[in-house]
Amino acid sequence: MILAEAKKMNKEVFNEKNLVKDGTQKMDALKKSPKLATLEEAIKKSGLKDGMTISFHHHFRGGDKVVNMVVDKLAEMGFKNLSLAASSLQDVHAPLIEHIKNGVITSISTSGLRGKLADEISRGLMDTPVVFRSHGGRGSAIATGELHIDVAFIGASSCDPMGNACGFSRSENAKSICGSLGYALPDAQYADKVVILTDDLVAYPNTPNSISERNVDFVVEVESVGDSSKIASGAIRDTKNPRDILLAQTAAKVIVNSGYFKEGFSIQTGSGGASLAAVKYIRQSMIDQNIHASFALGGITAHMVKLHEEGLIDRLIDVQSFDRVAAESIMNDPKHKEASANEYASADEPGSATHALDIVILSALEVDTEFNVNVLVGSDGIIRGAIGGHQDTAADSALSIIVCPLLRGRIPCVVDKVTTLITPGKSVDVVVTEYGIAVNPNRPEIAERLKAAGLNIVDINWLKDRALKTIGEPAALPFGDKVVGVVMNRDGSVLDVIKNIAE
Amino acid sequence: MELKTAQAGTLESGDIVIELAPATGAGIEIELNSTVAYQFGEQIKKVITETLQGLDITAAHVTATDKGALDCTIKARTTAAAVRATGKDVWM
Repeated sequence: MILAEAKKMNKEVFNEKNLVKDGTQKMDALKKSPKLATLEEAIKKSGLKDGMTISFHHHFRGGDKVVNMVVDKLAEMGFKNLSLAASSLQDVHAPLIEHIKNGVITSISTSGLRGKLADEISRGLMDTPVVFRSHGGRGSAIATGELHIDVAFIGASSCDPMGNACGFSRSENAKSICGSLGYALPDAQYADKVVILTDDLVAYPNTPNSISERNVDFVVEVESVGDSSKIASGAIRDTKNPRDILLAQTAAKVIVNSGYFKEGFSIQTGSGGASLAAVKYIRQSMIDQNIHASFALGGITAHMVKLHEEGLIDRLIDVQSFDRVAAESIMNDPKHKEASANEYASADEPGSATHALDIVILSALEVDTEFNVNVLVGSDGIIRGAIGGHQDTAADSALSIIVCPLLRGRIPCVVDKVTTLITPGKSVDVVVTEYGIAVNPNRPEIAERLKAAGLNIVDINWLKDRALKTIGEPAALPFGDKVVGVVMNRDGSVLDVIKNIAE
Repeated sequence: MELKTAQAGTLESGDIVIELAPATGAGIEIELNSTVAYQFGEQIKKVITETLQGLDITAAHVTATDKGALDCTIKARTTAAAVRATGKDVWM
């Protein structure tokens, strides 16, 4: 009877020999997880081959040690022609230049590039153009399979031998913490093989966990995955620049008088000194008018955590922790939620948090008279930034505010036409400069409210002319004919291309 | 006009360092290193040259290290360097 039924179901009949009983004390047995491996073993066992795609996250920002460590190892093992799919790349990744020259890495997709690597790529280092995606766009591309990851290498601040991993650690051996692992979560979910690298191998179970053991194939213990002290550097430093502070104060006035500053509003601040600092200046208005935010989104900072702990912001949704205070808060506070890139900002994810976002404050390298924004390519034609969540938040928010000085040195920030199109002007509502505030003609109601509040509203063409009057007419940049970068829109369409800069 | 070696300006953003030295050839030679060389390199050289000529300096070796200075700043730093190099005060 059993055999007959088993046959009908195309199954075997139970055999006791296949049942293994192990009486070892589990805390000892679990230390010998089959997932534990050296980096080289993990790479071999992962089945990685020439031509495949590897991925990385950038939560350690300038302090990241994983990309260089893994790519050095892959080069040593003789791999060639790999595609590197990073959530972003920083100054610290300059050693990739040699790996590109040696043919180890032949294509890159990322949110941004900075430093020497960006400089070399801008001058034509790579034969294949770098593909730039927003954070939400990258999440979508991974989920739909457009960006297929063969092996993900994920640096984690703690991990148990089964692969339960976090961007923080509850053990006394905690070394490097980065907080949210939001950008790595699509990689963990969709990559064919997932390798966790950790500098704090903790006892099972490492709960509450960010990445589940179900998605992890190998766990590699390393000396260090990153330098936490370098997270709050570069684009996300806390500003002391008086002009940034003036811009932040003006942006705060725009928010308070925009018509969206109401009980239960939601807010995000992008990277850049002035936009991060704006939060400090809306705090007093929230207290005075007894207004509370339902959530703050995005790169979460110490300022946001402070407002949350004071009861001014109910929830924090965190795709990336911008400093140590935020990284510790996400570990300890259940109302401080970690969000994947898709949950944060993907256009095709109806529940992504940007769809529930009222106000976003963003920075810019350039804004043009059509309100188009460039945050990627400097006015010298050299790549020096990242799309980040710029496109995503500007498009989905009810009110997007760009904060930028009129001039950086002799370089104008309000121009006739952006060097590279990153965020289409249709999704940009207000531009705050120290010379005045320009409002997109599509949003006359906002201009009216700001005027009524006594703010200095000017035409964006006046700002452009004001800049030129001070600096003179810049000569055209010496672009060549080689495409070094392709800028994707968050919906998967191609927005613009970046050409090489010729000497 | 006789020139000693002299300099004016700083390496702060928005400033320029002008170093003047006796000419090694004929006329005004400018070695420019600028963060905005692509867009403003020619303009910066033009302002330096015109400022020096306006002070009757027709031959000099100029090393300019620019951090995005505006024309007025370039003119002021060039003038200050010239005053120090010639010992001839133009502001009296």
